[in-house]
Amino acid sequence: MNKVKIKRSILAHLIPGFTSLTKKGSSGWMVILGLVIVLALVVMTAIGPWIAPHDPVWYMSPKIRAPPSPEFPMGTNHLGQDMLSRILVGGSIMLQVAALSVLVCFLIGVPLGLFSSYVGGLFDSTLSLVIDAVYAFPGLVIAIAIAAMLGPGVINMALSISVVYIPSYFRIVRSQVLSIKELTYVEAAKATGAKWHTVLSRYIFPNVIPSIVVVVTINFADAVLTAAGLTFIGLGVTYDIPDWGWDLKNGWSYLASRAWWIITFPGLMIILLALGFTLIGEGLSELQNPKLQR
Amino acid sequence: MGLRSYIITRILLTIPTLLLLLSMVFLVMRVLPGDPVALHFEKKAEPWQLEDMRRKLGLDKPLWAQYADYILGLIDINYFLAYGYPNLGKSMQTYEEVGGQIFSAFPATLELAIYSMIIASVMGILLGVVASKSYNSILDHLIRGFGTVTYAVPVFFLGIIFQLVFGVFLRWLPTGLRISASVAPPTGLTIILSMPSGGFISNFLLSSIAGLTISAICIAILKVKHVKFRFKGFAISLAVFIIAWVVYAYVSWYFVLKGKLQIATGLYTIDSLLEANPVKFVESVKALLLPSLTLGIILSGIFVRLTRTNMLETLRLDFVTAAKARGLKESTVTYGYALRNAFLPILTMLGLQFAMLLSGAILTETTFSWPGLGRYIVQRISFRDYTAIQGAVVMFGLFVTLVSLIVDILYAYFDPRIRL
Repeated sequence: MNKVKIKRSILAHLIPGFTSLTKKGSSGWMVILGLVIVLALVVMTAIGPWIAPHDPVWYMSPKIRAPPSPEFPMGTNHLGQDMLSRILVGGSIMLQVAALSVLVCFLIGVPLGLFSSYVGGLFDSTLSLVIDAVYAFPGLVIAIAIAAMLGPGVINMALSISVVYIPSYFRIVRSQVLSIKELTYVEAAKATGAKWHTVLSRYIFPNVIPSIVVVVTINFADAVLTAAGLTFIGLGVTYDIPDWGWDLKNGWSYLASRAWWIITFPGLMIILLALGFTLIGEGLSELQNPKLQR
Repeated sequence: MGLRSYIITRILLTIPTLLLLLSMVFLVMRVLPGDPVALHFEKKAEPWQLEDMRRKLGLDKPLWAQYADYILGLIDINYFLAYGYPNLGKSMQTYEEVGGQIFSAFPATLELAIYSMIIASVMGILLGVVASKSYNSILDHLIRGFGTVTYAVPVFFLGIIFQLVFGVFLRWLPTGLRISASVAPPTGLTIILSMPSGGFISNFLLSSIAGLTISAICIAILKVKHVKFRFKGFAISLAVFIIAWVVYAYVSWYFVLKGKLQIATGLYTIDSLLEANPVKFVESVKALLLPSLTLGIILSGIFVRLTRTNMLETLRLDFVTAAKARGLKESTVTYGYALRNAFLPILTMLGLQFAMLLSGAILTETTFSWPGLGRYIVQRISFRDYTAIQGAVVMFGLFVTLVSLIVDILYAYFDPRIRL
C-alpha cells in the first residue's frame, strides 16, 4: 500500500519534470543529452553479445596489436582479441558495480538520514560526527582498503564503493529533513496522530526525492570512476571478463609499443558513461537552484 | 569569541575527530572478513607459520589490547624522538618500520599535491571568472563543457594520454619517477659546521647565543605585528623566547654531533634550488610537469564550476553595480570587488576538495610511478601488507584533518561571522 503511494509520488515528480525539460533552456537539454548517452550505453551493453562481430574473450586473431583497420575497426590487443567486440560488451561490469553500489548507498544512506535527523539529539550528533569523518576522508583510500580486504568481485567492489558514498546521501537527506520537519504541514500531521514512520515516509520523504535524484546521478558517475580506478589499481575483475577498465589498464602496460587504440577506446567509453550521468546530475541540480533561474 | 579562542577550540575539537578516525581505521581493518595473516601467505601456510606471524605482529592478543598497542604506539614520545616519526608498527612484508617508509614517501605526495593544487586553482578560478563575465556566450558554454568533462575523465586516463603523447610519441618529457635516474636526488642545503663538538654544555652555551638572537627576532616580529606590550603580550613573548631557545639548543646540539646541518624539505624542486643545482632543478620540474598537469586539469573543473556559479551570484549584487557606477576599471571591479567576495565559498570547497585531490593523487602516482604515499599503498596491496596499508590510511587521515583545520582557521580569519 505504502510502496504504491511512494511509487506514485516518484512518478508524479518525474513525468511532468521530463516533459517540461525541453522548455527549461540549456540545463534541460543537458539532462536530455545525459539520459540519451546513458540509455544508449546501457542498450549497447545489453545487446552487445549478439551484435559483437567476434567473441570478446575467446576469439584471438593471429594479428596481435593490429591498428584499426576495416577488419578490426578498433584494432586488436596483445592477445589478438577484437577491441570492438570487447568495447561492445565491456560496460557490463562497470554498470553492474555502479547500479549495485548506488542501490546499497540509497537503501542505507536515505533511511539513516531520515531517521537520524527526525530523531535528533545525541544519536543524530554522534552519527553525524562519524559520517562527516568518513566524508572528509579520501574516498579512494577507503575503497582500496576495503576492497583489498574483501578480495576481487563485482559485489565486493560495489560494497567498498558504497561505503565511500553513503555519507553524501546521509548529509543531503539530513539537511533537507532538518528544515522540512519544522514546516506546519508536518506539525499538522503529527497533531492528527500520525505515527513517526508515517510522517517520515508519507510527509517528509516525498519532498526529499528531488535532491536525492541529483545525488543518485552524481553517485552513478562517481561509482563508475571509482570502479575504473579500483580496476586500474588491480582490485577489479579477472582477465577473462571483458571490462573497459581492465582493457585500459592492459593497454597502459603496452604503452611503449605505441598501441594507442587499446588505451583510447576503452578510456573514451568510461568517460562517455561517466559524462552521461554527470550531465543528468548537473542539469538537474541547476534546474533546482532558484538563485540561477531568471 | 575572538579569533584566538576560536582557533584554540577548533584545535581541541580535532582531537576527538582524530581519535574517531584512528578507531574507525582500526575497526575496519579488524572487523572485515579476511584474515590478514592467512591472506599474506600466497599458498596455504602451516599453522605454526600463522601463529608465528601473529605473535610477531601482536595479532594474537585480544582486540582491546591490540587497540591499546595501536593508540599507545602512535603517541609514544620516546619512539618519536628516537626515530623522528610515530610508531605505526612493522611491515608484514619486510619487517621494517612502517612509519619510516611512510615518512620517506610523504614529501613526494606533498609536492605533487601542492603543484597540482596551484595549477587547478589558478586555471579554474581564471576560467570561471572569464565564463561568468561572458554569461551564456559560446565561450561560457565551452568553459562549462570543460568543467563537466573534467569531472567525468578518470585521472589516470588523462595521465596515460599525456604519457602517450608527450612521452612516447613526442619524447619531450619523462613518463615516470621524480627525477631522471641519471641524476642523484637533491640533498638540500648542507652547512658543514666547523664548531668543535665539545659536548652538550659548551654547545648549549654556543647555541644559546644563536637561540637568543632567534627569540629576539620572534619577539620583534610579534611586537611589530599585533601584540601590544602589555602583560599578556609580554607573557607570550617570553614563552616564545623560552621555547625557541630550548628547541634551537636541542636541534643544534644534535646536528653539531653529526658535524653538519642539513636543511632539506623533501620537495625536489625546492631542494634543488637550495642546493643551487640548476640541472637537478630542470630535471625535477620536467618530471613534475606531466603528473601535476594531469591532476591539476582534472581538479580545475570543480574550481571552474564553483567560481562561475559564485561569480554569477556576486556580479548581480548592488555593490558591484555601485562600483561600476563610480567609474572603476572593469578589471578592478571583477577581481578586486566581485572575486574577493565570491572567494569564501571557493575556499571552503578547496578544503573539501582536498580529499578528492588525495584520491586523484593515488591514481596519478600509480600512473607516473611517482614514489609517494599513494603508490606505496598500491604496492603494499599486492604484497598484502596490512600493517602498511593501515599506516598509510592513518597518514592520509592525519593529512586531511590537518588541512581542514588550516582551512577552517583561514576561513575564520577571512569571515568574522564564523567565530560567533
